Amino acid sequence: MSILIIAEHDNTSLKPATLSTISAAKAIGGDIDILVAGAGVDAVATQCAAIDGITKVLTVDSADLSHPLAEALTPVIVKAADGYTHILAPATSFGKNTLPRVAALLDVQQISDITKVIDDDTFERPVYAGNAIATVKSSDAVKVITVRGSAFDAASAEGGSASVSALGGAEGLGAQDKASFVSQELSVSDRPELTSASVVVSGGRGVGSAENFAIIEALADKLGGAVGASRAAVDAGYVPNDYQVGQTGKIVAPDLYIAVGISGAIQHLAGMKDSKVIVAINSDEDAPIFQVADYGLVMDLFEAVPQLTEKV
Amino acid sequence: MKILVPVKRVVDYNVKIRVKSDETGVELANVKMSINPFDEIALEEAVRLKEAGTASEIIAVSIGPDKAQEQLRTALAMGADRAILVSTDKAIDLGGVEPLAVAKTLKSIAEKEGVDLIIMGKQSIDDDSNQTGQMLGALLDWPQGTFASELKLDGGKASVTREIDGGLETVSLTLPAIVTTDLRLNEPRYVKLPDIMKAKKKPLETLSEDDTGVSFAPRLEVVKVSTPPARSGGIKVDSVDALLDKLKNEAKVI
Repeated sequence: MSILIIAEHDNTSLKPATLSTISAAKAIGGDIDILVAGAGVDAVATQCAAIDGITKVLTVDSADLSHPLAEALTPVIVKAADGYTHILAPATSFGKNTLPRVAALLDVQQISDITKVIDDDTFERPVYAGNAIATVKSSDAVKVITVRGSAFDAASAEGGSASVSALGGAEGLGAQDKASFVSQELSVSDRPELTSASVVVSGGRGVGSAENFAIIEALADKLGGAVGASRAAVDAGYVPNDYQVGQTGKIVAPDLYIAVGISGAIQHLAGMKDSKVIVAINSDEDAPIFQVADYGLVMDLFEAVPQLTEKV
Repeated sequence: MKILVPVKRVVDYNVKIRVKSDETGVELANVKMSINPFDEIALEEAVRLKEAGTASEIIAVSIGPDKAQEQLRTALAMGADRAILVSTDKAIDLGGVEPLAVAKTLKSIAEKEGVDLIIMGKQSIDDDSNQTGQMLGALLDWPQGTFASELKLDGGKASVTREIDGGLETVSLTLPAIVTTDLRLNEPRYVKLPDIMKAKKKPLETLSEDDTGVSFAPRLEVVKVSTPPARSGGIKVDSVDALLDKLKNEAKVI
C-alpha cells in the first residue's frame, strides 16, 4: 500500500487537520507520502518532513497555486496521485471542496468524512447527521478519502526525517482562467482553533445578541478555549459563519464542551456529541441538549455564565 | 440563461431516523420525505434570478423513485419551469445510486439541455457526502463556487462568496459554472396553494437509467449501517458551585 496525503496549509504553516489525516493513513498502513502544493511552500515542506511516519514530501511550487482553488489544484493532485493506492485529505472546507473533483477525474467513488479505518478498503463514516454509522467497502482500484479530524488523534509533528523533492512534470498544471480568487475575510482570533481546541464554549439563540456573546467569549478565554455557536446564533448574526458547530458546520470533539442557551437540535448534536464531557446551561429544563449533557444546569445563562467565569 | 437545479428526495430534516434492525440501512417506510433543504435553497436562488430577469428557464431534475415526482412538483410550485425525473428502483441514500453516478447523469442532462449555470445543494442530509457538485464540476470541466452564501451574476461571470473554515472567501467564475449552496444563501419561500395548482400543469418528463447511458451500479458496498453508541444522559446540578465541583473532581476536565 502507498498513501498520498494532500496537505492543507496557507503557504506558511500546515493546518492541524492534516496531522489527523496522517493518523488515519497510519491506521490503513503502508508508505505515507505527502503532497504540498502551493506558492512558496519551502517552510511547509520542512514542517511536513519532520512529521513522524512520512516517507516522502512532494512539492509543487507555483504562483498559480497561491490560493488553494479546487480548479487549479485538481490537475496537480491527479498527476501526483499516479501509482498510489489511497489519496487522503482532511474533511475540512479545503478537502471537501477539492477532493471530489480529483475522485471524479480518477473515476472513483470518494468516501467522505471517515471516522474509523476497518482495513485498507473498509471504513466507517457517519450518515444522517451522525444518527447512523455506515460501514462501507470500496471496490475502486484507488481509494479517495476525506478524514474527519476530530475522530483521529494528531500525528506527532516531530521525529520524522522525510525526503523533500519537487514533483516532476507538474509545471503549469495549476494554470487556469475559469476561476480566480477575489478576496477573503478571515476571522482573526487569539483563541485556539475551534476544531482542535480542548475546550469549546458555544452559544445559541438564548444568548440573544452579538453584544451578549461577550459573556461566552469571556468564559472561553478564562478556560483557554474556543468559541462556537449553534446555527440559530449564526443565522441571527450574533457571530460569523465559521463559528457554527453542527452537521453542516464544524465537527468538534473537545475534552469539555459547554453549550450555553442552545436547545440541542439534531443538527447541532451531530457536531459535538463526541465531546468527552458535555455541559449544558439552559433555562428550559426540557431542552433536548440535556439528554446528551453529562452535567446540566437549569439556570438563566446571564446569571450562570458570569458566575462560572468568575469562579473557574 | 438556463439554470439546472438538481433536487433530491430525502427524509425530512425534522424526522428522527431509525436504523433497520437487520442493519442494512435506514428505515424509509412511512417516513415523511421532503426536498433536501440545501436543494430548496438552490431552487430559491434560481427563482430569484428568474424573477430578476437574469434567468430565462429553470429546469429541476431528480434521480430517484417515482415518488420523487412529489419533490419535483414542489420544485415546480416554487418556480421551476419544467422537471425531469430519472427514475430508478435503486436506493438513493445508501448502497445504491452514488454521487459519482449522479454527477455523470447530471452531466449528460446539463449538456443535452445546454444550461449555463447549475445551482445545487452542497450536500444531501441523508448520506452527507458533499461530493456531487464538485464531481460534476470536474466532469464538465466547469469552475465551482461551493458552500455559497452569496451569488452575484454579471455578464459572463459569477461572483460567489463561500463559507470556508476560517471565514468567507469570494471567487470569480467564468460561466458556465456550478454553485453549491450553504445555509445562509437565502431563505426559501413558502409555496402557495395557487402555485401548487399551477405546478400540476407544468411539464414533468421521466427518463430511465438506460436513457442516461450512465451505470448506477454502486462502487461502495454498504457492509452494515449501525446505530451510534447512545450518549447516556448525565445528571442535573443545581448551582454553578456544584457544576464546578463536578468538572474539577469528577470529570477532571478543568
